[in-house]
Amino acid sequence: MIYRENGQFKTSYRADQQIFPIVQDRVLVLGLVAFAVVGVPLLAGEYLYNAILVPWLILSLAAIGLNLVVGYCGQISLGAGGIMAVGAYAAYNLFIRVPALNFLVVLLLAGGAAAAVGMLFGIPSLRIKGLYLAVATLAAQFFLDWLFSRVGWFTNYASSGSVSTPALDLFGVSIAAPARKFLFLVGVVTALALIAKNLVRSSIGRAWMATRDMDVAAEVIGIRPVHAKLTAFGVSSFYLGVAGALWGFVYLGSWEPLAFDINMALNLLFMIIIGGLGSILGCFLGAAFMVILPIFLNRVPSWLGVPLSTAMISNLEHMIFGGLIIFFLIVEPHGLARLWAIAKDKLRLWPFPH
Amino acid sequence: MTRRIGIVVLLALLAAGLVAPVVLGAAPGGFYIEVLLGGLMAGVLYSLVALGFVLIYKASGVFNFAQGAMVLFAALSMARMGEVMPIWASLVLTFGIMVVLAVLIERLVLRPLVNQEGVTLLMATLGIAYFLDGFGQTIWGSDIYKLDLGISKEPALILENVFEGGILVSREDVVAAATATVLVTFLALFFRRTAVGRALRAVADDQQAAQSVGVPLNRIWTIVWSVAGVVALVAGMVWGSKLGVQFSISTVALKSLPVVFLGGLTSVTGAIVGGLIIGVGEKMAAVFLGPWMAATFGVAGGGIEDWFAYVLALVFMLFRPEGLFGEVRIDRV
Amino acid sequence: MKRYIARLMVVGFAGAVLLGTAGTAAAADELFVPVLVYRTGAYAPNGIPWADGFVDYLKLVNARDGGVNGVKLVWEECETEYKTDRGVECYERLKSRNPIAVNPLSTGITFALTDKVPADKIPLFTTGYGRSDSADGSVFQWNFPLMGTYWNAADILIQHVAKKEGGSLKGKKIALVYHDSPYGKEPIPLLEERAKTMGYNFLKLPVTHPGVEQKATWLQIRQERPDYVFLWGWGVMNSAAIKEAVAVGYPRSKMYGVWWAAAEPDVSPAEASGAGYNGLALQHSAERTAQWHKDMLKYVYDKGNGTGKKEEVGDVLYNRGAISAMLVIEAVKVAQAKFGKKVVTGEQVRWGAEHLNVDQARIKALGFEGMLQPIQTSCTDHVGAYKARIHTWDGKKWSYSSDWYEADRKVVSALVQASADKYAAEKKIEKRDCSKAQ
Repeated sequence: MIYRENGQFKTSYRADQQIFPIVQDRVLVLGLVAFAVVGVPLLAGEYLYNAILVPWLILSLAAIGLNLVVGYCGQISLGAGGIMAVGAYAAYNLFIRVPALNFLVVLLLAGGAAAAVGMLFGIPSLRIKGLYLAVATLAAQFFLDWLFSRVGWFTNYASSGSVSTPALDLFGVSIAAPARKFLFLVGVVTALALIAKNLVRSSIGRAWMATRDMDVAAEVIGIRPVHAKLTAFGVSSFYLGVAGALWGFVYLGSWEPLAFDINMALNLLFMIIIGGLGSILGCFLGAAFMVILPIFLNRVPSWLGVPLSTAMISNLEHMIFGGLIIFFLIVEPHGLARLWAIAKDKLRLWPFPH
Repeated sequence: MTRRIGIVVLLALLAAGLVAPVVLGAAPGGFYIEVLLGGLMAGVLYSLVALGFVLIYKASGVFNFAQGAMVLFAALSMARMGEVMPIWASLVLTFGIMVVLAVLIERLVLRPLVNQEGVTLLMATLGIAYFLDGFGQTIWGSDIYKLDLGISKEPALILENVFEGGILVSREDVVAAATATVLVTFLALFFRRTAVGRALRAVADDQQAAQSVGVPLNRIWTIVWSVAGVVALVAGMVWGSKLGVQFSISTVALKSLPVVFLGGLTSVTGAIVGGLIIGVGEKMAAVFLGPWMAATFGVAGGGIEDWFAYVLALVFMLFRPEGLFGEVRIDRV
Repeated sequence: MKRYIARLMVVGFAGAVLLGTAGTAAAADELFVPVLVYRTGAYAPNGIPWADGFVDYLKLVNARDGGVNGVKLVWEECETEYKTDRGVECYERLKSRNPIAVNPLSTGITFALTDKVPADKIPLFTTGYGRSDSADGSVFQWNFPLMGTYWNAADILIQHVAKKEGGSLKGKKIALVYHDSPYGKEPIPLLEERAKTMGYNFLKLPVTHPGVEQKATWLQIRQERPDYVFLWGWGVMNSAAIKEAVAVGYPRSKMYGVWWAAAEPDVSPAEASGAGYNGLALQHSAERTAQWHKDMLKYVYDKGNGTGKKEEVGDVLYNRGAISAMLVIEAVKVAQAKFGKKVVTGEQVRWGAEHLNVDQARIKALGFEGMLQPIQTSCTDHVGAYKARIHTWDGKKWSYSSDWYEADRKVVSALVQASADKYAAEKKIEKRDCSKAQ
């Protein structure tokens, strides 16, 4: 009853092409952002920030990056961890070698570096596709892992191979406190998610989707596959690179190449499968799922009075992830985002059945 | 034609790389042969795991990422049951478990996903891999377990009078390589000479056509996954007796991925040859190329075997996307 | 049908969000100890005995002594799988319960937490691991690499092999086979430094996580024929290394593992062929008959409360876990005495850890006689003990095979100083003046 679009007429193309064509959606999203900026800092404790909100936002951003190439352009990539590492190490090197740079500039340049590397490793996609491409991207993953752990320059010759970041500030304002970190991330992620959403609605996004759905047909209607695929890899890697830099600088604070290993790549893949391939909203949902499930599994048994051993919880986590992936692929290949859409459809009529 | 030139040049380069250490005098003959043998034996084991990939891909078009998890699961089952019963009984039981597992995977995962794209199926097997990792450790535990097959671990010294210092050969490796060779031959014969094998090849060729002449698709899938389970069991036994049965042996499958793509996803021969190429190539690279890179570029040496296999496979794929022995598909990219 | 599934999932998801985000706080009359462990995954065989030892010792203190001076200990385990990002996540999750100390059991996680603990005022106990330069308490106020750092370990190993060679290592070749992670890379600066002064050739051979494939590494060793191999591995890497050493015929008696590469899970897969393999003992080995072992069996295992298996009590890593827990509790006791409160905070425990004085009498009273050497910490010295000896695996058990060595403090502290000063400059930390600290 509340969620009803009756009476909302679109009188211009502009109105019809909005990201959120329905007023309620717009209000909801704006409300959410406003709540994040105003409400959360009033309510959240440090724990909520550091253990949930910060990793959630960064992983959402990384998932958006991966989703652009996998979900929108249909090029499977198992090298997302390596690309994130490029972003993180590029940011680290910029930060210590050119200390005058603003952190935002560092982030953008790190994304740019990752985009360059991503396009380089995207070149095989012009010759091979599907499973074969998965292996090509795995090659990138392993090569980058090796590069960052063995070439001393990237870690500024740290004897341990582990790098740690200095305290961050933005225009003279420190962003070390959890609440500041969160606000900063809200800003970055909202901006980048908006850009991504608009990108996939633009001609370039349509070119990606056409390539995904049927590459030959796309070529026939005049879409250049080289252009479409390489831009997809480039833009996706930019997002992954920024996310990698944020993961290193804002969340971990100190990291080693293993933080961006193949497990990171696989986890991101799960996020977009569970959240929804080809959906920006799905990235947020999938990332939330991946962040919260382990915590949830940790807490619930003891509340229900059946304490599980640590090993059991960890194994359960694996089994539930595995099971859910299969479940989603079979029952709902479009993931949580699709469930959300179904729920919205239901809400239109609710509480009246017809 | 250009494709052929590319592949010939690549193979020539590889061959040149193979003899370079001897020609340049980087290694004494005996040591060189040791590295070569080490590579070949590692290669046979890669072939074994790669074979599991190829069988399943041929029959059901699924790229089975869970092969490594199956290796771990089989090895864990065998080692843990071997603690309470004779080893042969545990072997038989584990065999049974792997068949049951195959049936379950076919029923619960593959059948609902029939006719989906390869990438979707790949992700489903990732799900299976995660599930099996957790499930196996829940039932059997996460500690390190012994799997003793009674092979002597001391190396044998051969050809002492030909080369200075002789050549060291690990008996364990020889037994493992022999086992793998026997299994590979057996499987090749099985799929070439038996009715099931013919049916499998028919399915691999064209699922719908095979079904229309009365080949029971579901049963074939179950059989193939069972065979893959057995291959996993053998691989698990070999690696388990070498390293002790524990979680890390599931990573062995990742090393076999490039083998499959180098040799071709649809070719049993490819899996074998690819395994040998990768095995020898990566050992040669790690032993001879690694230190050279360390000296030349000032990189902390070693470890290039982690990516060498992948990059090798990648380069080959650029020239010949279907792999060395894979069937050529006319497919625009 | 699909509709219901969808509805259920949405409700379930929302519920999960709500449940997952709620935090819990420790009760006011307890001491909370987070236990970061790994009981699954690639490093579980080594992680499990340590975790069992640690948790069992906490149980023992609660059961035998009724807690620390009457205050019960509570703890919560968190699975890290030896991964740095999961370790950080665990730390963030558990720190809201006001922990008195953190034991991350991973050098990588230690590196990540070193920057975080000062702000949260939680001391970071890294007994026998962690950053070697954190021995300098004037810069690393919150880190406690008690009993020994990797630089001490490397120095003692060098002393040992030098003694075996009759005092001089000139022209000898020493290879370091190491886990390619912050942990494995820690000893490199010291070994390079020593190579300069003692004139041996130093060969670095990294092994990538998890270390299953080492054939190429050991073929290189066969080619180079180093006089000694130091093994800085963890998990499956150690047993794989010993097996490969067997396969290339490298004598096990020339191999020396650091104290994390010298426990039962490392040598037992190789069984008899591992005989002769040496390891550094972090003061203790696989003692099973100290007083606290008897108490453990009596108060914990005989009541059916043991975390692990009864046979495991007294394994090398089990003992190390228990000692790690014991040192935390000792620091708590010092803090309780100083601040006159029963329920102490992390900040107070830090003071306690800096003023530890576990002498022979205290070791005896605690029931650790024969396993430990005196440990005394101060503002400048967060390690507290510099002694270690070698133990050797005979195919069935570990037994000591050398006298006590003491790390050369001059060599080590010069490195610690340089590295700690660099860290302080990078992080803009003001060094404490230890002559004024109380």
